[in-house]
Amino acid sequence: MKFLPVSDSDRTAMLQAIGVARVEDLFRSLPREVLGSPDLRPPMSEIEIRRSFGELSRRTAGARDTAFFLGAGLYHHYVSAIADQMLYRSEWLTSYTPYQPEVSQGTLQSIFEFQTHIGLLTGLDVANASLYEGASALVEALLMAERLSRGRRRAVLSAGIHPEYRETVRTYFANLDLEIAEVPVGPDGATEAQALAAAVDDRTFAVALQSPNFYGLVEDWKSASAAASGRGAQSIAVVAEAASLALLAPPGEAGIDIACGEAQSLGVPMNNGGPLLGFLACRTAHQRQIPGRLVGETRDAEGRRAFCLTLSTREQHIRREKATSNICTNQGLMALAANVHMSLLGRRGLREVALQSHAKAEYLKERIAGVPGYRIPYGGPTFNEFVVEGPEDARSLLSRLAARGILGGVPLSRYEDGSPRRFVTAVTEMNTKEEMDRLVAALGEAA
Amino acid sequence: MNPDDRHYTQSHEWVKIDGEVGTIGITDHAQKELGEIVYLELPETGHVFNANEEFGTVESVKAVSELYTPISGEVVEVNKGAIAEPGIVNDDPFGDGWLLRIKLSTDQEVSTLMSAEQYAEYVRTEEK
Repeated sequence: MKFLPVSDSDRTAMLQAIGVARVEDLFRSLPREVLGSPDLRPPMSEIEIRRSFGELSRRTAGARDTAFFLGAGLYHHYVSAIADQMLYRSEWLTSYTPYQPEVSQGTLQSIFEFQTHIGLLTGLDVANASLYEGASALVEALLMAERLSRGRRRAVLSAGIHPEYRETVRTYFANLDLEIAEVPVGPDGATEAQALAAAVDDRTFAVALQSPNFYGLVEDWKSASAAASGRGAQSIAVVAEAASLALLAPPGEAGIDIACGEAQSLGVPMNNGGPLLGFLACRTAHQRQIPGRLVGETRDAEGRRAFCLTLSTREQHIRREKATSNICTNQGLMALAANVHMSLLGRRGLREVALQSHAKAEYLKERIAGVPGYRIPYGGPTFNEFVVEGPEDARSLLSRLAARGILGGVPLSRYEDGSPRRFVTAVTEMNTKEEMDRLVAALGEAA
Repeated sequence: MNPDDRHYTQSHEWVKIDGEVGTIGITDHAQKELGEIVYLELPETGHVFNANEEFGTVESVKAVSELYTPISGEVVEVNKGAIAEPGIVNDDPFGDGWLLRIKLSTDQEVSTLMSAEQYAEYVRTEEK
């Protein structure tokens, strides 16, 4: 196949056709500050690069070297060396979902198993092969509900949904002529069922609720399913800490139509913030509107168990602009990691991780509540994360702790106004009692 | 082979007029091109369409195609049997495999559609 680059006259003709004077004009919607050339250092030798990155690494506090209590959407759970080792196998390293899929039975089997795990954890019938991360999984869940509604334009979101997820939804909706109605959380930090139901009208296509919510509180999925059901809207369960699914009632059992969120907790390291692992699951009745890849189980010509990509006719490479979504791939390597992790731990192991995380968080919550100057403002049940209100500005308090090797939490002022003294603290099975006691002592000294 | 008691579109639907109601389906040529039909997405009754508007999709093992209304009007009946067993559209596209019944909003549009003979000619030229 020949490759012929575009000539200047081709370029001029194309620009004329779309009514733009210069190529630069195509990028006018981008913020000015990202348009300039990046400030790159001059070229370095390999030795210099290693030295430079080594310094950068030493300046960065890692979870391994600190007492680590950061959560807010990303969680420090243990990932077995076995899972890592599996990812290094060359058969998996190019685990991009294949375009001639049926020759890659191993890849398809792993995706099928990942889907099965997600189906079991969410209590829903159909899960896709994964999405990039939790925030865009919520967007895809909402867009799916919008397609199912045929013409409704409004989504109801609990303000207990992760602020960054809601921001991503706003970014998408701004150019889609879709509206968002946010329902604030009540004085106890949880979403009020009545307020959620009252926000739904005959133009609403979805009601989305997160549990545990951004403040760590366990919400009642039934308040979302009750608000949506019988009113032509889909109820959406959002899960940012997927380890909780091994302990709390699955959304499907509470009548939820679509579950989505972040599965990083299920075998994916924090990776400095990414790659992460989005998931999306729904009921069989709506399987033709679920975006992304779906692997199905079938029989080959000789009657043996085999796997295939199914319902691909809805996808972009076949259906072009009429596709259910522009998502035409999945987070292959991370879904593989999650599959290996969940297969290793099994039902009991996953539950053990969840139980330990919860029990340790309860211990820490109780200890912090006993430190003079500190209180736990929300009394409702939590899974492994909770809000703390301290005696002073949380940012300066937490940065003093960080200097002592304790990353005590994420200040809420990073996401919202009006609560400068509050921060959210997360605990997993990785935290030792010694670390928790060290955090409690440091908070006492700071106050 | 295309019945001459009805009218045809370039997007391979047919409409058979009976008083003020038009029955709509896809042609035998369309079902052959699609292959084994596995799913139909059809509108609810009460929905009002303009002529040439997309009213649903037909999914076969190899493609999903849009369906377009030959005429304007309100949906008064949807073929539940075809939704439950889409294969009847392959087996009997001009009979039991019909898709919608629409109450015509005008009788002016039918004259713009093709006759059976014209449609057969259209398919021949399209295939060239």
